[in-house]
Amino acid sequence: MGKRVNLSGRILVILISFTFAAPLIWLVLSSFKPPNQIFLQPPKWIPNPATIENYIQAVTTIPFFVYLKNTIIISVCSTIGVVLSCITPAYALSRMKFRGKGILLGILLATMFLPFPAIMIPTYLIFAKLGWTGTFLPLIAPSFFGDAFSIFLLRQFFIRLPGELLDAARVDGANDFQVMRYVVIPLSGAAIATVAVLNFTFMWSDFVRPLLYLNDSSLYTLSIGIQDYQSHHATSWHLVLAATVIFILPIFVTFWAAQRTFISGLTLGSVKE
Amino acid sequence: MKRKKNFLPWLFLSPWLIGLVVFSLFPILATLYYSFTQYNFFSPPHWVGLSNFGKLFSDNLFWKSLLNTAFITFIGVPLSLGFAILIAILLNQTFKGVGFLRALFYLPSAIPPVAAAVTWAWVLNPQYGILNIILHLVGIRGPNWFYDPNWSKPGLILLMIWCSGYSIMIYLAGLQDIPNTLYEAAQLDGASRPQLLWYITIPMLKPVTMFNLIIGLLGGLQYFTQAYVISSPGTLGPAMNGAPEGSMLFYAMYLYVQAFKSLEMGSASAMAWMLFLISAVLISMLLRRFSWESA
Repeated sequence: MGKRVNLSGRILVILISFTFAAPLIWLVLSSFKPPNQIFLQPPKWIPNPATIENYIQAVTTIPFFVYLKNTIIISVCSTIGVVLSCITPAYALSRMKFRGKGILLGILLATMFLPFPAIMIPTYLIFAKLGWTGTFLPLIAPSFFGDAFSIFLLRQFFIRLPGELLDAARVDGANDFQVMRYVVIPLSGAAIATVAVLNFTFMWSDFVRPLLYLNDSSLYTLSIGIQDYQSHHATSWHLVLAATVIFILPIFVTFWAAQRTFISGLTLGSVKE
Repeated sequence: MKRKKNFLPWLFLSPWLIGLVVFSLFPILATLYYSFTQYNFFSPPHWVGLSNFGKLFSDNLFWKSLLNTAFITFIGVPLSLGFAILIAILLNQTFKGVGFLRALFYLPSAIPPVAAAVTWAWVLNPQYGILNIILHLVGIRGPNWFYDPNWSKPGLILLMIWCSGYSIMIYLAGLQDIPNTLYEAAQLDGASRPQLLWYITIPMLKPVTMFNLIIGLLGGLQYFTQAYVISSPGTLGPAMNGAPEGSMLFYAMYLYVQAFKSLEMGSASAMAWMLFLISAVLISMLLRRFSWESA
């Protein structure tokens, strides 16, 4: 075990990783095939001739850029909301003393475990009463009122900051706002970035909520747009596959660019630090 | 001065507290209320007592969705966690290119579920999909996967295993925290490699397993997107969501269909409240054996 190099283990993991990569490779290769090659019997791995026609058609027949724009608007606004609304509660739950803190922490943990379908109906009704269904607001507004998981993650980080730094600032006469603004936030870039990235990817990928609230195709996100297109065009696999590749691409790029920070950030919220 | 100090934490907490009341506590209570009513969104809810629950308990599709969800939660989740431990152990070695492999295993879990579902609907396409092509090459006639009620859920579990990168990373972090001295001491006592795995690695990973189990359980109980996409009409021909034969009808999907397609908000709320109870009971059972602060 441990970290010793183990030849058979290494070969095994390389074999499994090929299997893991195969679906993505298959997806990308298929997306470059003209329709008649996609449905070839027996099928071929390599597209010949390779074509980008699927991509051109996918972004024109599916209103791809409209969906992309909607997805970006929702993800960016919601991420801004989460970052703004989670820092102060996380600061209070880690660095301030007050009655009822223990109970609130318990409630915070409990809400992290609340399955969305269990509260989906009244949540929908709230936004329906406000007349917000058919807009982006039901997807964006809740982010401005704190997200339990993000608060928990930030709190875990804040609680580990060296207390002497915060005390030093207090001795110099800083109040809690100033301690948070000038000491805690500058030291927590990695944690705040992790919360932002996790929330962005969550909103980028979310399916259930957009499905509930966005009833007009001009408001669709990529998730429901691609699903909607696919459910109406059973035989247009070549376009669906090309659209899926473009959908995955930003995640791919962000991920390779920020691989190290991202993976270390991921484990921040779990039990091990 | 004293009063201001007591007031300040609540000011800091206020965004979350408002959200907690409006988007969590109120919906939980409102769901409980609606579950005792008949409500179709357009006319005001009227009280029907326990009849929504009675109706559900005699509804075949309700039980089917519950069983399917139990299958994915209690078979799919443990399988994908077992796989995640195995891969994490294999990736916890130092050799050239291990960073690349770690990234590769993580990647599928970062892909939007709709995209992953479309990818697998294509990979497991009975005629044109890569898996059946490969099976055909070695002389096996592959199953019809998502078109066959007996093979649709195993297909979804393959997809779930493919997307277990997040658990792999959490396990990897857990493995790296196990002190090497434990292994060295056991090896001095003559422990074999399987013994090291069974008596040191697995027990030391228990808190991490708990964490992954809770995340997996929650995901299993609300399983929706992948099955919704794969069983949507375009992929499987004209049929209701959850086809074939309701083998991919999951609890959250049936809840959604009841509430927003059939406009049976009352019985959908009854389902929602039972989901709330089930998840609360299962998670508190797990948490009782494990404290977040202790690890």
